[in-house]
Amino acid sequence: MLAFNFFGATEGGLFDINATLPLMAIQVVALTYILNSLFFKPVGNVVEKREKFVSNNIIEAKNKLSEVKKLEADLLTQLQSARTEAQRIVSEAENESDKLYKEALELANNEANASKEKARLEIESQTSAARDQLSKQADDLSKLIVNRLILEK
Amino acid sequence: MFINSLLTNFAALEVGQHLYWQIGNIRLHGQVFLTSWILLGALLVFISLGTKKMENDPKGLQNLLEFLWDYIRDLARTQIGEKVYRDWMPFIGTLFLFVFVSNWGGALIPWRLIKLPSGELGAPTADINTTIALALLVSLSYFYAGLSNKGWRYFEYYVHPTPIMLPFKILEDFTKPLSLSFRLFGNILADELVVGVLVFLVPLILPIPVMFLGLFTSAIQALIFATLAAYYIGEAVEEHH
Repeated sequence: MLAFNFFGATEGGLFDINATLPLMAIQVVALTYILNSLFFKPVGNVVEKREKFVSNNIIEAKNKLSEVKKLEADLLTQLQSARTEAQRIVSEAENESDKLYKEALELANNEANASKEKARLEIESQTSAARDQLSKQADDLSKLIVNRLILEK
Repeated sequence: MFINSLLTNFAALEVGQHLYWQIGNIRLHGQVFLTSWILLGALLVFISLGTKKMENDPKGLQNLLEFLWDYIRDLARTQIGEKVYRDWMPFIGTLFLFVFVSNWGGALIPWRLIKLPSGELGAPTADINTTIALALLVSLSYFYAGLSNKGWRYFEYYVHPTPIMLPFKILEDFTKPLSLSFRLFGNILADELVVGVLVFLVPLILPIPVMFLGLFTSAIQALIFATLAAYYIGEAVEEHH
């Protein structure tokens, strides 16, 4: 019967515990050692070696990255100083050229003024000379007219 | 009479019958050893093939084995802790692989085609001897782990939050192997019986979903057994503050 087969049974049954138990335990312990040398150790070595390799590479890459960032910052400051220097030079040159231009302009103005003044004085002297001559001629003419009039009478 | 014939037909599933081997004075369940040797042989062949040519860039079988190794390491590390998990990883992994291979081998391979003079081949874990052997090994392991890591201070664990816990903790030492062995045994045997009965009653289609459920249960049971074993060891080596 089923119930008999399930439980009771001096011979057989589901809960028939015998030497299978210790032998199975020994077998599992042996399997542990076999699997350890065949599976866990070799695979662990490979995996851990690779993990170390990867983490070393990551650390190295991080170091390189920080170095690159440092260099980048360095270059940036250099670039900035170069830029300000260039600006300074440009503005200096502008100032210089401005000064030169102003000086040249002033010189030219002065020269122009001087020659203008000279021309004016010359014109003035010529004018007065011409006027003197004119008034002298007018005097002569008037004397001549007066003489003629007196002589006719 | 229908019931009677049904019962005898159930008996045709040969529940609780064994292939006895007599060696001197001791008697063994031969079918358990036969299936376990076949399955473990297959496992060892599989593993030797996968670890034959280990490369830094894993390919094929090595990939699978590395995944398995990683899975077992995670299991051991989370349960036992960073400090001593390395010592116990092979044991936990062996438990997991043994239970898993036994469960799945019992469910996947049509053992019934091989006729034995008495009893029938099936999952080795469906025999109470196997599961008790595994559970007792777990008990020994956690005692050994606790004593070797903490010496006599291991027994502080029994009075840990308060001495009131002492009887319960002592009781636990008995219930742990009991629950471990009976959980595995019951699940796997029940799965085999359900599939057997269904195949007997409705030989077509209907048993298939139950078979899939059985595969699922088998995998889960292997995971549970290994996780609990690791947890017990972790509990034994844990430092109380």
